[in-house]
Amino acid sequence: MTSTLDPRRKRSTVVRPGDRIFSGLSTSAGILILVVLAGVAAFLTIEGVPGVLASPDEVKSGQSFLPYVWPLVFGTLLAATIALILAVPVAIGVALFISHYSPRKLGQVLGYLIDLLAAVPSVVYGLWGIGFLAPHMAPIYQWLEDNLGFIPLFAGPASATGRTILTASIVLAVMILPIMTAICREIFLQTPRLHEEAALALGATRWEMARMAIFPYARSGIVSAAMLGLGRALGETLAVAMVLSVSVGTVSPNLISSTNPSTIAANIALSFGEASGKTVNVLIASGLVLFVITFLVNFAARAIVDRRKEFSGAN
Amino acid sequence: MTTTTKTPPPVDVHRELYGAQLPIWGPRVLLGGAVVVAAALYLLAGVNIMMAALIVFAISLLLPIWSAVVEGRRKATDRLVTVLVTSSFVLAMFPLFSILYTVIDKGTKVLGVDFFTFSMRNVVGEGGGIYHALAGTLLITGAATLISVPIGMFTAIYLVEYSDGNRLSRWIRFLVDVMTGIPSIVAGLFAYALFVLFFGEGVRMGIGGSVALSVLMIPVVVRSTEEMLKLVPNELREASYALGVPKWRTVSKVVLPTALAGIVTGITLAIARVIGETAPLLIIAGATDSVNFNLFDGRMASLPVFAYASQRNPGVPPEFSIDRAWGAALTLLLIVMLLNLIARLVSYFFSPKGER
Repeated sequence: MTSTLDPRRKRSTVVRPGDRIFSGLSTSAGILILVVLAGVAAFLTIEGVPGVLASPDEVKSGQSFLPYVWPLVFGTLLAATIALILAVPVAIGVALFISHYSPRKLGQVLGYLIDLLAAVPSVVYGLWGIGFLAPHMAPIYQWLEDNLGFIPLFAGPASATGRTILTASIVLAVMILPIMTAICREIFLQTPRLHEEAALALGATRWEMARMAIFPYARSGIVSAAMLGLGRALGETLAVAMVLSVSVGTVSPNLISSTNPSTIAANIALSFGEASGKTVNVLIASGLVLFVITFLVNFAARAIVDRRKEFSGAN
Repeated sequence: MTTTTKTPPPVDVHRELYGAQLPIWGPRVLLGGAVVVAAALYLLAGVNIMMAALIVFAISLLLPIWSAVVEGRRKATDRLVTVLVTSSFVLAMFPLFSILYTVIDKGTKVLGVDFFTFSMRNVVGEGGGIYHALAGTLLITGAATLISVPIGMFTAIYLVEYSDGNRLSRWIRFLVDVMTGIPSIVAGLFAYALFVLFFGEGVRMGIGGSVALSVLMIPVVVRSTEEMLKLVPNELREASYALGVPKWRTVSKVVLPTALAGIVTGITLAIARVIGETAPLLIIAGATDSVNFNLFDGRMASLPVFAYASQRNPGVPPEFSIDRAWGAALTLLLIVMLLNLIARLVSYFFSPKGER
């Protein structure tokens, strides 16, 4: 009998060594990314835990971890929140201008101009903030103190150099504007043509069309764009470190004085060079705190984006 | 019997249909007038440029008021929003041009052959250059590219060609998204924490900077490569399989070349993004005044850290150091703009034409 039932004949495909190597390489590259991210978390934890546990007399600041890190967390959140409040309306306006108000052919060029803002390195923003923006803002802060000083935000005394947390927030707002504009623009452009035309056919003005057709469709996209912008603003280091004139341990809502709370990232950049011993561990631990905050913000943003994907499938 | 034939009064059909409207030249004339008034005040009365822009904005707010009188509330709101939306765009353009102007204005002072060929070794006061920083930036970014491109590309290939949407690939996608959001300073701390384990406290090394930059660069490379691979039409893969070509050769000889222009664009943009990163290099690569070509030995200067340090610790007298900071910033900005331009040109000229 000839072996017509040779089991090897059942194999439909031939596995070549090249295939094995190639798929092995790509799979391990993917797994490597998991390892790297686990590594980021693990190494930061290993080096950070001694910092959390360090006793006050072992570190330069002379404080235990929580009282040390709390003003920094406050400063980080304050600066990022103001930046977000300033940037969101402008980003929506710019995105709407590019997607629906400007001539179609110009739209791409204008979008590219906004993207140029994203290409500017953060150290250049820092130099601009300290060399141009701060001096120009100083008289405005004086005016704010004189006329609106009864509001705690503008209680003053106004900084003469203009290097305040409000200036830092304006720089941050400019820095997060491009990413938010890009996302909003994409989503505005995806609004179903029929929704827009239906609104216009019913006699809506262009603004009413935007309010009734575009914004409801884009709402979750706008929210996630804002969250991603917030994530960027929270982690931005150099621009804040250069612009802000810091006084350690301040927790106050005063936006225009020369005593400002620092941010986590800026504090690490400013103190890391001279740090040694347990102080380094404290700084790494504060970096871990920043990592957790930005992770939560980004996670929320992604969750909103994913939820949107599902319901827009029905459109 | 007398019939009085009444002739109906002439009807303005357009007005009946649309209601009263502003003349079509209204907005343009108003805006033109505003610009003329502001320009006159700027040139003659010495109002500064910000005030001039505010004057244009204030005058263009007359448009919705005029419209409210003639056309009614709804159209006035529409015109108000048009003014606001357009102004927000102009407002967003302001920092861009202000940054470009300031950096070019202050940066060109020091540019010259010496600036690019001298380091800062033994330089006090005037003179000196960015040779050491330029070399460091190119070496560190180059090494970061060497690390991230293979990892990023193979990961993207795994996600698109091999994973079939299994659980591992969903995890990788999610974590790549998370990596996109890692603050740059945390990447620097990671590299430091990693190198401390092997080299002891206070370690400063160029390669550490490359590792930190890779953490920031890999997700960008993965994302852009993945998008490009997804764009490759399935028919090409199937045609290749039908000819009996093994999968790995299909990927490397058919899929990758088709997507190559897009991948190169993505990688160039990723380089442009990380080359300006300061914070991680400040932590792990440190700063020095001397030239150092060895990534594995000691401190290494880089352009952004140089600009930062020159501004932060200018020495006495400060103006020379601050001029050098602006010069370094201008150089960095030019490099980033050049990379962006290259990326656009590559995607414009080399992307496959047939599929559009």
